[in-house]
Amino acid sequence: MQLFEKIPNNVNLSQNRRLQRALERWQPNYIKWWKDAGPADFQADDIYLRTAISVDSKGWANFDYVKMPDYKWGIFLAEPEQDRRIPCGDDYGKPAWQEVPGEFRNHLRRIIVTQGDTEPASVEQQRLLCACAPSMYDCRNLFQVNVEEGRHLWAMVYLLHAHFGRDGREEAEELLERRSGDFDKPRILTTFNEPIDDWLSFFMFTMFTDRDGKYQLLALAESGFDPLSRTTRFMLTEEAHHMFVGETGVGRVVKRACELMKEDPNEDARAQGGIDLDTIQRYINFWYSSSLDLFGGEISSNAADYFASGLKGRAHEAKKFDDHLAMEGVYNMEILEDEQLVTKEVPLRNAMNEILRDAYVDDNERGVARWNKIIKEAGIDYTLSLPNRRFNRKMGLHAGRHFDLAGNPITEEQFNAMRNEWLPGDADKAYIKNLMKPVLERGKMAQWLAAPARGINHKPIDFEYIRRT
Amino acid sequence: MATETQDYPPISFETSPDRYKHWHLDIDGAIARLSLDVKEDQGLRPGYQLKLNSYDLGVDIELQDAIQRLRFEYPGVRCVIIGGASERIFCAGANIHMLGSSTHAFKVNFCKFTNETRLSIEDATQGSGQHYLAALNGPCAGGGYELALACSEIILVDDGNSAVSLPETPLLAVLPGTGGLTRLVDKRKVRRDLADVFCTTAEGVKGKRAVRWGLVDAIAPRSKFNDAVTERALKLAQSSPARSETGVELTPLDKTVEDDRIVYAHVAVDLDRGARTATLTVKAPDGPGPADADAIRGLGASWWPLAAFRELDDALCHLRINEHDIGLILIKTTGEIDNVLAVDRVLDEQRDDWFVNEVRLLIARTLRRLDLTAKSIFALVEPGSCFAGTLFELALAADRSYMLDDPDNPVEIAVSPLNGGAYAMSHGPSRLEVRFYAEPDRPGKILSGQQRYDPADAEDAGLMTVVADDIDYEDEVRLAIEERASISPDALTGMEASLRFPGAENCDSKIFGRLSAWQNWIFQRPNAVGESGALTLYGQPERPEFDYRRT
Repeated sequence: MQLFEKIPNNVNLSQNRRLQRALERWQPNYIKWWKDAGPADFQADDIYLRTAISVDSKGWANFDYVKMPDYKWGIFLAEPEQDRRIPCGDDYGKPAWQEVPGEFRNHLRRIIVTQGDTEPASVEQQRLLCACAPSMYDCRNLFQVNVEEGRHLWAMVYLLHAHFGRDGREEAEELLERRSGDFDKPRILTTFNEPIDDWLSFFMFTMFTDRDGKYQLLALAESGFDPLSRTTRFMLTEEAHHMFVGETGVGRVVKRACELMKEDPNEDARAQGGIDLDTIQRYINFWYSSSLDLFGGEISSNAADYFASGLKGRAHEAKKFDDHLAMEGVYNMEILEDEQLVTKEVPLRNAMNEILRDAYVDDNERGVARWNKIIKEAGIDYTLSLPNRRFNRKMGLHAGRHFDLAGNPITEEQFNAMRNEWLPGDADKAYIKNLMKPVLERGKMAQWLAAPARGINHKPIDFEYIRRT
Repeated sequence: MATETQDYPPISFETSPDRYKHWHLDIDGAIARLSLDVKEDQGLRPGYQLKLNSYDLGVDIELQDAIQRLRFEYPGVRCVIIGGASERIFCAGANIHMLGSSTHAFKVNFCKFTNETRLSIEDATQGSGQHYLAALNGPCAGGGYELALACSEIILVDDGNSAVSLPETPLLAVLPGTGGLTRLVDKRKVRRDLADVFCTTAEGVKGKRAVRWGLVDAIAPRSKFNDAVTERALKLAQSSPARSETGVELTPLDKTVEDDRIVYAHVAVDLDRGARTATLTVKAPDGPGPADADAIRGLGASWWPLAAFRELDDALCHLRINEHDIGLILIKTTGEIDNVLAVDRVLDEQRDDWFVNEVRLLIARTLRRLDLTAKSIFALVEPGSCFAGTLFELALAADRSYMLDDPDNPVEIAVSPLNGGAYAMSHGPSRLEVRFYAEPDRPGKILSGQQRYDPADAEDAGLMTVVADDIDYEDEVRLAIEERASISPDALTGMEASLRFPGAENCDSKIFGRLSAWQNWIFQRPNAVGESGALTLYGQPERPEFDYRRT
């Protein structure tokens, strides 16, 4: 463990002078980026944050006050597995690569850059949220998510610097040069260029969009390139917290909506200053559908190639699947052809994006079920649900076509007529924006948000998570 | 792997802007904008989708038409901006699924046509002062970048993502065969080791490095991209001399298609599929025609040399793409030599008129298409023929020429000043210079000597391959045709392509002679098109397997 170095790490950085120098040169640019593009306020304050100092169960969650720019962003890879083998594809069963195979250098670099680009992008998207945090607890959680996205950027940059030579260093610089929403230097994926300026969207983002991230990491954890696998395995432990923020965040909005409905003579949560369940459903419809786009095309030669090359597997490849070649077999996909939904057989490898999307959909269903439990316990007759995966898609086979929430094909006119029922409209956005007022007194929550069940790291809910200086 | 017979309706090479499916053509004074907006589901054949602005022959036929029309119909245009209509991509190149499902012959002819189209861009710049500016507003891969390479200048958007690339070799195990490799090092003079890195990096090169390596001329951020393009286009436009503001419309061809016959106003094609031959007959004009430039422009597209050579061009495209069984083209001419020579005089004397110049350039392009046609060509010089001047080029382009020597039916051929370099071959020299490569003085002597040649003189002067009397002629020709038809078409194609172009190479001839030849070899190899070849397996779940032995 090299905790007291400039860059905490478990990769023996001090033994690799060249790499250490390269990363130390990148570090000031990173700090500059953090100050420019990270949280718009609170940079000089003490925040009660979790810092990873090692990868074992004790070390990965050290809590203490820290000023964000002084956060110890480190490089941590999960402990190596003895004699790890390539878990999928044509080279299945051969020893995992410890160095980049020349043949796959460009593919791997693209995968790492695309993944890496989303990490700083989300920090940039969320930079104004701290100005309207609904509680000190939530504000701290936002910063926790932000610094860990920053660490995930470090994780990807480490791989670029350690394994991709000059090209890798250039890509690492460019990861700091692109900016979410910038017209000239946008982030790579479209979704990551939309600002997130209200907390309902933030909770939705951490629930749905970060969960895409989780599944991408799960797929990369099955990479035959061992350093990528080890890096992403450790990132997954941190990612769990982001999903926790999302799922409990939306859950608390739901809970508060139920409480306010009961207080109101007309069961109108909005009349009581809350966010009504219909609006929550519309936000779910939007964020879920836009996050589905991130998995890529339903039928994809790139996905087939990545799997065949052993660069990217399926989530839990070893545990959940028996056939790691996936050469035989097909995936039945429902596709709109001539206004009719028909089932088409797609070779399994070409359907890898969709297979990952399946696991993601199931995972989300479980989260929505937990929200519905909150509603039921409140004695209210209402069910939140996920729209069909074809609904409102901008990428892939279903893009440019129109479907209702159940996935039935409809006309553009029909879709437009229902748009404001199904998706957040201007009135919704204006209403939500109007609710966004900062609440930073210890233990206090915004009117539209229920308190969490418990505090962070066994601390009480009214703990001073942020010490303003 | 594609089957070797393709039963699709014949492909037509005629189109016009009101029928374009994939391009938008907008004219604004001296600047034209040609925007690629490929309709995915409007490919020429079923079985593939033209995703990501990828193209097939149908897209290129429209491009070729637009380039041609800009020269004739909009002579006032001095810069053409080629760009993508979509925000996300400029062009992903030739459609891979289309290539994967095409016969070898189709692939070869598709590439040849697209190559000729890109050369016509450069020809428009050189000959007509119409510059092309590639405005790459998004990623630009393979054939998309090759199209850009044919332009005078390339501007690439600098958004941290958009790259130019030639991924054919690492991704598909084939070559960027539309001039890409050649233009990179011969035209843009990219250092060859950098070109090596570029051509093996599938994702390509973007931003400042693309400028540093000479892959593009300039980059501009998205917010300033349109301004930068407009500014550059205006500069390019100013660097070309102004021409007429009024153009000449290229009206639809007068064409009747029957099963074994295509008849145009001045050209006829008669197919004998059993004998694998086509007879291509070009008719001379009925009279000498007008001599004055205004009157010529008044005739417009019906002026004989323009009409005849547009028809010939269309016939050649048709024979190449739709008639693969035809191995030998017999070229004949009919009409008065005097009338042909009268037109030649106008073409020579009025060459400073923009329209006459355009017609000369079109004739030159058509003759080059003939040179590059992978079929044997015999010229038959018989009574009533008029192989004179411009039409004599057809005989000079042929692999062999046969002339009847019959005192009862006198035949003559004639030369004109236009045989002296007006219609340069793709590698630079005139056909007369190529014919007498051993005797550099001969072309000059021929052009300054007698104009008309009877069979004996023609034979003496070396202007004919075989001069035969009335007893021998018919049999001589029949045997030659039958013998030719019996030889392997592959070997003949290679032999003809080697013998037709004596002399030094240039960028153009390297594209056809070196790049295309290698590409056509690779297109036949298992590493590309075998069961486990990269082109075959593109988009499939399996990865390609290569035979790593070098030849």
